[in-house]
Amino acid sequence: MSWINSRRVAIGVALVLLATLPVWIGNPYYINVSSQILLFAVFALALNVLVGYGGLVSLGHAGLFAMAGYTGALMLDAGHGHFVAILAALVVTLATSAVFGVLALRSTGIGFLMITLALGQIVWGIAYRWAGLTNGDNGVNVTTRPAPLGISLASADYFYYATLVVFLIAVATMAVFVRSPFGAALRGTRDQARRMNALGYNVWLIRFLAFLFSGFWSGVAGLLFIYYNQFISPQVSALTTSAEALLMVISGGTATLLGPIIGSALVVIMKNVVSAYIERWNLVLGVIFVLIISFMPEGLVPGSVRLWRTGWQALWSRLSAPAARKTGEQGP
Amino acid sequence: MTALAVNALCKSFEGLRVTANVNLSVQPGERRLIIGPNGAGKTTLFNLITGEIAPDSGSITLFDRDITRVPSSHRAHFGMARTYQIITLFAHDTILRNVTLALLGLSPLRWNPLIDLDQQHDLVVRAHEALVRVGLDHIAERPLSQTSYGERRRVEIAMALAQNPKVLLLDEPFAGLSIDERRDVQELLRAIPRAVTIVMIEHNMDVALDFAERITLLHFGEVIMEGTRAEVVADPRTKEVYLGH
Amino acid sequence: MSLWLTLAVNSIALGGLLFLLSAGFSLIFGLMRIPNLMHGSFFMLGAYFGVSFLAFGINFWLAALASGAAMAVIGGLIERFLLRRLEGQILPQVLLTLGFAFIIADICLMVWTGDPWQPTTPTHLQGAVQVAGLFFPIFRLVIVGVAVVIAIALWLMVDWTRLGAMIRAGVDDAPIARVVGIKVSQLFTLIFALGAALAAFAGVIGAPYLSVYPGLDFEMLPLALIVVILGGSGSLLGALVGSFLIGFLYNFGQAMFPDLAYVILFLPMLLVLVLRPQGLFGKVVS
Repeated sequence: MSWINSRRVAIGVALVLLATLPVWIGNPYYINVSSQILLFAVFALALNVLVGYGGLVSLGHAGLFAMAGYTGALMLDAGHGHFVAILAALVVTLATSAVFGVLALRSTGIGFLMITLALGQIVWGIAYRWAGLTNGDNGVNVTTRPAPLGISLASADYFYYATLVVFLIAVATMAVFVRSPFGAALRGTRDQARRMNALGYNVWLIRFLAFLFSGFWSGVAGLLFIYYNQFISPQVSALTTSAEALLMVISGGTATLLGPIIGSALVVIMKNVVSAYIERWNLVLGVIFVLIISFMPEGLVPGSVRLWRTGWQALWSRLSAPAARKTGEQGP
Repeated sequence: MTALAVNALCKSFEGLRVTANVNLSVQPGERRLIIGPNGAGKTTLFNLITGEIAPDSGSITLFDRDITRVPSSHRAHFGMARTYQIITLFAHDTILRNVTLALLGLSPLRWNPLIDLDQQHDLVVRAHEALVRVGLDHIAERPLSQTSYGERRRVEIAMALAQNPKVLLLDEPFAGLSIDERRDVQELLRAIPRAVTIVMIEHNMDVALDFAERITLLHFGEVIMEGTRAEVVADPRTKEVYLGH
Repeated sequence: MSLWLTLAVNSIALGGLLFLLSAGFSLIFGLMRIPNLMHGSFFMLGAYFGVSFLAFGINFWLAALASGAAMAVIGGLIERFLLRRLEGQILPQVLLTLGFAFIIADICLMVWTGDPWQPTTPTHLQGAVQVAGLFFPIFRLVIVGVAVVIAIALWLMVDWTRLGAMIRAGVDDAPIARVVGIKVSQLFTLIFALGAALAAFAGVIGAPYLSVYPGLDFEMLPLALIVVILGGSGSLLGALVGSFLIGFLYNFGQAMFPDLAYVILFLPMLLVLVLRPQGLFGKVVS
């Protein structure tokens, strides 16, 4: 019980800190970085549905993210209102997710990864080369932010709060999803697809629906991105974006709710800090990838827990009698 | 009416015939044993019956309903359940969750993304009941990774029983068990009511002999012979195929 | 008429380059079951190496061979000391290659700057030959010729040598190959180095034609991916057919629908995925 209480206290403290962040952080630059963290956390949480809970590693999610962003931006550019643009973006992203899902789920494992990578590149190809539609390398500007309930989101503070609301809805949705029968079924298809089929589950359909769910939230994140950045260019749909999102999921720890959030914070902060000093973000990204995969393949959160535990046990066994040392070393 | 019938079933893998014109007819309530040496095509036959692989020709009926083209996942809903020779369980979950997943597979709740699975008392109660039947309820909350091999064999059976099947396919349920554990499983199988038709594959004939009413002998994918326990045991062909076992 | 012919020659030349790139990719994928996401990076880094060698006045073919050799060493080292540590963990292996792709991209940007490099075609290969009243650019034909020679050599190696037999056994069933005494791990290193060398070699001989620029890596990688999805993993014939198909689609698509040329490349892949997921020449894995 004390564990549940401490967990609730932690969530409460986190909520209070998040809600008051503009007050104690003050500087609009850092508030904007916080908005970035939250919006990429939504993206990472969406990807984690497939990577963590479905065991399906996608390298094409930038395509879905950009599909929402471009649809929204182009609709706004064509003079439509925010409501229509957002709705159209989500519908188009869901439709794209359905196509991606049907094609990529012809395979699992490495095949799935390769197909999603190729599909993501198609979106990049459209964004970059089909200049008549997407304005090519020059990108598309988003001149205004929406004003829900008449509140303008033009300032860093208000945009942060809007992002926070969407982020909290995403987290709550994921939390419910993970504990639900459907969530359990999805994890089942990850661990024993064959058995799940024999038990009466339509494994393909479960994965497909999970793909749509993941695609939807990727689209939401893509919309947050264009409203935050007020500009979208083909770079957003590049493989780098998919890789960054995957790094967020993996670095934080897959199949956890907290992992992708921590991962997003880590990658966004790192990107902002690195970019402030050197223009070598890709190098740093690659090095982090290689280091994490080589030394902490289970992710930073579970990896740190493991190191913490082994460290604690080593300490404990050193403090206790020599007889206790053996049990300490055997550890889990 | 037959509970399960297999008619002229054939399957080849890259030219190698693993199931050659197999016929099988199991009556409701029957206890059927399928024996044969390694590579006789026993597990392939099960995989064909459950739909995990598709036959090249022939048909399969379940209670006189043709299920040859019915997807594997639907067959569970028609009352077919199976266990695996190679333990196929959810290693990250508790025993209880393993069995709950089996129950959920047949429940419309499985599509629900909004409710809390742990709060579905009906499923949890039924999962506990299935665990009582196999004598594992006292360790229901134990993670599967901390269970013994013999316990896992029984979880396999519990998952199949939980689905309340009409036809139960057991793929070497005694494989790798100690003598005591075998006795437990034998008792457990004997307690299954007659409403359940059972087809069992066993490589080691001795452990399953008491259980079998009729025996089918498979060799190189073909049915060599079929008959009552006494007939098959007495037949010289059994010894010929099976010598040393 | 001559426009179509030029397009056809360009298509075959690009097909030849793509074959050199994707043959290694396909063998690595077929044998090690990992899509090597730094294969495009091998191509680009190899091309940059070639550019630098040429700047020192080294002979064009020598530069291509030297670049291939250098990349074989780099690829071999990465396989031996990093990928090997993750043996059996396919996903971490793939992500490691992705990480290296980013590292290589940034190092190239640092060393060779963001400006494109286009080495001149070697003087003795400039110009065109006249056949039946039609002009063919010599260098394009040479690329095709080299690709064909290497294709035949690879085919001979895979189908007729002991090494090839081991590779085929490894592609079919690595665990069994290991059991019968084939040193699969050494084979992995060898094939990885060979694939890297072929990619780098292709990068150099393609440089006067494609030029070398940042982003070339992630342009070539999806092409190799498409070729392998089309042709089936581990199949040299599949890689050959897929390469020329993509070569033609790219050039003709570029001429007819410039906006959508890149997207058109993926259409046959999508078709194959739907109709024949194992690829045109791939084996069904049960």
